[in-house]
Amino acid sequence: MSRLTGLFADLGKQGRAALIPFVTAGDPSLAVMVPLLHALVAAGADAIELGVPFSDPMADGPTIQRASERALARGVKMRMALEWVREFRVHNQHTPIILMGYLNPVEAMGAEPFALAAKDAGVDGVILVDLPPEEGIDYAELLKNHRIDPIFLLAPTSGAERVAAVKAIGSGFVYYVSLRGITGAAQADWQEVLARVANLRQTLAMPVAIGFGVRDAETVALVAPGADAVVVGSALVERLSACTSDAEVLAAAQAFMAPLAKAIAAPKGASA
Amino acid sequence: MAAYTLPDRLGHFGPYGGRFVAETLVTALEELDQAYALARKDPEFLAELHSELKQFVGRPNPLFHAERISRELGGAQIYLKREDLNHTGAHKINNAVGQVLLARRMGKRRIIAETGAGQHGVATATVATRNGMECVVYMGEEDIQRQSINVFRMKLLGARVEAVSSGTRTLKDALNEAMRDWVTNVEDTFYVIGTAAGPHPYPVMVRDFQRVIGEEARAQCLELTGRLPDCCIACVGGGSNAMGLFYPFIEDEGVRLIGVEAGGLGLASGQHAAPLSAGRPGVLHGNRTYLMEDEDGQILATHSISAGLDYPGVGPEHAYLKDIGRAEYVAATDVEALAAFHRLSRTEGIIPALESAHALAYVFQLAPSMRPEQTIVVNLSGRGDKDIHTVAAREGIRL
Repeated sequence: MSRLTGLFADLGKQGRAALIPFVTAGDPSLAVMVPLLHALVAAGADAIELGVPFSDPMADGPTIQRASERALARGVKMRMALEWVREFRVHNQHTPIILMGYLNPVEAMGAEPFALAAKDAGVDGVILVDLPPEEGIDYAELLKNHRIDPIFLLAPTSGAERVAAVKAIGSGFVYYVSLRGITGAAQADWQEVLARVANLRQTLAMPVAIGFGVRDAETVALVAPGADAVVVGSALVERLSACTSDAEVLAAAQAFMAPLAKAIAAPKGASA
Repeated sequence: MAAYTLPDRLGHFGPYGGRFVAETLVTALEELDQAYALARKDPEFLAELHSELKQFVGRPNPLFHAERISRELGGAQIYLKREDLNHTGAHKINNAVGQVLLARRMGKRRIIAETGAGQHGVATATVATRNGMECVVYMGEEDIQRQSINVFRMKLLGARVEAVSSGTRTLKDALNEAMRDWVTNVEDTFYVIGTAAGPHPYPVMVRDFQRVIGEEARAQCLELTGRLPDCCIACVGGGSNAMGLFYPFIEDEGVRLIGVEAGGLGLASGQHAAPLSAGRPGVLHGNRTYLMEDEDGQILATHSISAGLDYPGVGPEHAYLKDIGRAEYVAATDVEALAAFHRLSRTEGIIPALESAHALAYVFQLAPSMRPEQTIVVNLSGRGDKDIHTVAAREGIRL
């Protein structure tokens, strides 16, 4: 069983959703990355999305764009992101790590060498934002052959055919983009999101994560009961980027995560 | 060659092209694909397009025999396809007219576009305002400084110009930002992409709206010389003017097709914008194609004296034509393009755009090696008025 499958099975028994923070590899500093991953887990992360920076992040809002630019300016490369995962795995064998990024850095490395290196480092899932299912059939198969879950996105605009395509080739979970926009954008209509997610969970027979636009504990409490996971990205990246030292970063991560972890641990229905 | 029918249903030209975008955009692209498939076969749409190209753009434009320079070079006869004579001064308007008419047909009320040199932005603003539609143009901060006249032109035409401060603050980043706008406002907004790149159906749609260049040139060449040209030459940034010229000649095996990329300070310097000459395949802006990237797959900053060629990717059909050997791709440096800019101005009384001057630079190298009864058709894709400040500054002249 993959770590992701195991995680969702466990949380299913506990009756709560997974809390998945997103951080950009190499931001706010290189040295803080591995301690930051551990700090996030200690503060309640059930899994972590590690963003691999790309020079042209078309689906990201200003916060993650800037984080990517800073990371690239520090010389972050795919191999470094994988190395941080490997170091993290020395002391943590249970928390799933999902790489999230764009296709070109993977293509530059070569799909097969990437899959081998990612598995070897201890990566559990891969989200490639600009790889929709119709272009991703070979990738999905390759990743699965290396026991990595290929995670696809669905959006409010995705019709039945696209849902079926994701169901056919995706695994681990499905990432539901809660709004028509980019990461960190404003207000989604959460009732609409929850209705769609309820429908998707039935159709897909796979866990569904809600992301894009979840910024605080109130929203986590609102959406978590209707989802299998909640992803918080831009708000955390923004908070961490304001820190002036690594110690401050770790403290800020803890402080940011605590209310979210509390919100997500509330039994289902308690938020109403 | 056998009948050329690409792209396939999902926009692939061999291994290139396709649709590599975030899920949020896929449905919008499918909707666009369907709307375009209907429009391109609709006599009413085609009649309006034709009428606009004739009455508003000023087509057909001439295929001009540049006799003086042909004689001076002592080789092939050079014919200039005068896209510079179009309304707004470049080939870009052919595509802007087509896409804005399609947007109106689809019931969209808001037009967005990206621009580098500003030519596509001006063309889109022009056609949007003519159709009574709101227009927002994304432009890198760097380009806004380099192309202040076009920025003002767009504003005069009623468009809002949004400065893009991310990444390298040039064309590629303007494209990213336009995509982000589109993802957010997809219901009422139509994104007019200016070059034959991007996710399917843009490369095929832009090619179709630009193929009028090659169709006219082919008929005009037959009329003027009694035969097809030996060679068609065009500059290649994203590649829309080149694709427009080349496409109607693809099945004419005897016609050499040559694309000229921006060699910047020279290919060896790394300071250029020539992905076909010196890049490798990857995925950017929704399609697989040749790119300028580092070994980690990060897109590199490019350099060209011409803002319109300053782009790290290229249309996927060019990537395919290169691989199958149907078209050849070479590069001309900043210095060579500048020399060609002056030479055409002084010999034929035509000031070419710096983009088009890259194509001319290669023509001037090639023509002397050909015979006087041979012909070269070169796409004079735009006029050089927009570039006079760049040229003057480079030569230490204060205007």
